Amino acid sequence: MADFIHHLLFGIYPYVALATLAVGSVIRYDREPYSWRAGSSQLLRRRQLIVGSVLFHLGVLMIFAGHLVGLLTPIAIWDALGVPHGAKQLLAMGAGGVAGVMAIVGASLLIHRRFFDSRVRAASSFSDNMVILLLWCQLALGLSTIPVSAQHLDGHEMVKFMEWAQGIFTFRAGAADQIRDVALVFKLHLFLGLTILLLFPFTRLVHMLSAPVRYIWRPGYQVVRSRRLAARHG
Amino acid sequence: MKVRAQIGKVLNLDKCIGCHTCSVTCKNVWTSREGLEYAWFNNVETKPGVGFPKDWENQQRWNGGWELRHGRLQPRMGGKWRLLAKIFANPDLPEIDDYYEPFTFDYGHLQSAPESKAFPTARPRSLISGKRMDKIEGGPNWEEILGGEFAKRSADYNFEGVQKEIYGEFENTFMMYLPRLCEHCLNPTCVAACPSGSIYKREEDGIVLIDQEKCRGWRMCVSGCPYKKIYFNWKSGKSEKCIFCYPRIEAGQPTVCSETCVGRIRYLGVMLYDADRIEEAASAENVEDLYQAQLDIFLDPNDPAVIAQARLDGVPEAWLEAARHSPVWKMAMEWKVAFPLHPEYRTLPMVWYVPPLSPINSAASAGKISAHNGMPDVRSLRIPVRYLANLLTAGKEAPVIDALERMLAMRAYMRAKTVKGVVEEPIAARVGLTGAQIEEMYHVMAIANYEDRFVIPSGHREDAEDMYDERGGCGFSFGNGCSGGTSEANLFGAPARKKLQTPSEVF
Repeated sequence: MADFIHHLLFGIYPYVALATLAVGSVIRYDREPYSWRAGSSQLLRRRQLIVGSVLFHLGVLMIFAGHLVGLLTPIAIWDALGVPHGAKQLLAMGAGGVAGVMAIVGASLLIHRRFFDSRVRAASSFSDNMVILLLWCQLALGLSTIPVSAQHLDGHEMVKFMEWAQGIFTFRAGAADQIRDVALVFKLHLFLGLTILLLFPFTRLVHMLSAPVRYIWRPGYQVVRSRRLAARHG
Repeated sequence: MKVRAQIGKVLNLDKCIGCHTCSVTCKNVWTSREGLEYAWFNNVETKPGVGFPKDWENQQRWNGGWELRHGRLQPRMGGKWRLLAKIFANPDLPEIDDYYEPFTFDYGHLQSAPESKAFPTARPRSLISGKRMDKIEGGPNWEEILGGEFAKRSADYNFEGVQKEIYGEFENTFMMYLPRLCEHCLNPTCVAACPSGSIYKREEDGIVLIDQEKCRGWRMCVSGCPYKKIYFNWKSGKSEKCIFCYPRIEAGQPTVCSETCVGRIRYLGVMLYDADRIEEAASAENVEDLYQAQLDIFLDPNDPAVIAQARLDGVPEAWLEAARHSPVWKMAMEWKVAFPLHPEYRTLPMVWYVPPLSPINSAASAGKISAHNGMPDVRSLRIPVRYLANLLTAGKEAPVIDALERMLAMRAYMRAKTVKGVVEEPIAARVGLTGAQIEEMYHVMAIANYEDRFVIPSGHREDAEDMYDERGGCGFSFGNGCSGGTSEANLFGAPARKKLQTPSEVF
């Protein structure tokens, strides 16, 4: 039975979550463009937001990049680069730890503001409240894996997660078996992470897909639209 | 030369009576919605005062508009990288208290209160949090008719270079009204600051709009706009602004604020300008030259070369015809009595203002300042010329003085004509006009008939889209097509609409 649940959570659930993330985001972008926004509450209350939001976003972006590169770069590439597994794990623990502390301090400030400021609370939806709490829990779980990791610094546990993540993305059967015997806190962290991916298209988190990097190389500053032009070419 | 047309606007402050009809009709049509209770696409300020939102003209604080950095034009907020660095938390964004916390009153209590010793009152309640407000700290027109102490109002940025202390004295006080709306600039900073590229200027009529489906609520436009005329809708999480009533303009009708103006101070007309020279005009080294630089890019609608190029650039014939009868052209270019609001922001605004005349100050009426040729010196008017120049010409006094003298000359000329029955050409000649021009000025500015105030060609949407496809469509809506964008099921996280609560209290 335990095997079955493990397979369900780490072999099947990732596909459910990722599929929902992809399809849900596309549908929302197409069908509900008016609801696609960052949902800033800075106008209502500036206090705590400046520090909280900057810490939180910078921390989360660093963590996101770290997970993406750390989990999905094939092990062969690390080996070819000559990076020992232990060194990679230390880097992940160090950089991830710093970024995680930044993000959780920021998230704590934002949570306090969201739940204890009357204006922000009144303007918050259930999903706004839920998403920041889930992210805080996920950050806390992520940080609490660091002491566990410190007990095996050779990187062999970390390699299991890389095998698992790469197995999922390459549709390898039995990917879930790679992490059959890791510590519970890792499993909770993975499960909550997958759940956040599942909920992603239904929350304000979608704004990260609209990160306005295009702005940097948008020619000039001004934007002019013409009906006539559309008519001529259409 | 690239000819573009824009519906421009002039507000004749000399005739504004501060009745706020423009603000109220605009509010009723466009912003009487949750999330925008605090927003006034059109508002009327009493000057001198810090205005709405508070201190909006202080760009040291808000970093709105453009600046020249090493000779190149860039938003005061910073270049593109700098601006993106502010995306997580924008230090240049006003808080709602800089506008005011929107409120309602517990009206229901007046009807349902039980018998009590004291008369029941309707107490204020926040429209954001729904909580009781003990004291209303601000409003959209908090300085109405010089309300509040002079010490606070005198923080007005336009007092720059004016010995302002004496204007706090009762004998020397002065006031004027300043109705404000989006300037639909030729070089808008809101457009430049929008990281999503959702704000755009329409090529056909120059109206600046926010694409509500593309807006992601990064709120840079609110800071970028030096006039603080972009409002962040705290409910939808998107920015909104004055849309120049484009559905009406397209149909050849004036905007709601213009249509309902009881003082008939608002004028709408087509201006042709050279789109290739916008950057050049906005980059004038000295801010005092910006007014003239903007005049220089307006194109004469009677010039055959301009007409030929305009046709090549796709400006419809009806628009060229309207440009030749444009009241905006007459006031801004022919008579030079209208000016842009704060040209020093380098946005090349397109809502212009005729400065107000004011009574002669007490020193002049006591005979201390001479009046020459029967006309008072405009420097002896109550409103300091320097103040008006700071508002309208980046501090350059000469054009404002010329405009005020022309308006005084118009009065003197018409008084002579109607009272004494004589045509006094010298009065007109003294201010560089002819009697015929003065009479036309009088006709447009004083009589201000509807057809002289509003010369608006229709939008010719039939050229741009297949109107057959539009039949049975739903007009103005938020969200997708005819859906409101929010559903009871709340599947995609759009907050459910809050039900209005006006609970009554029992003492």
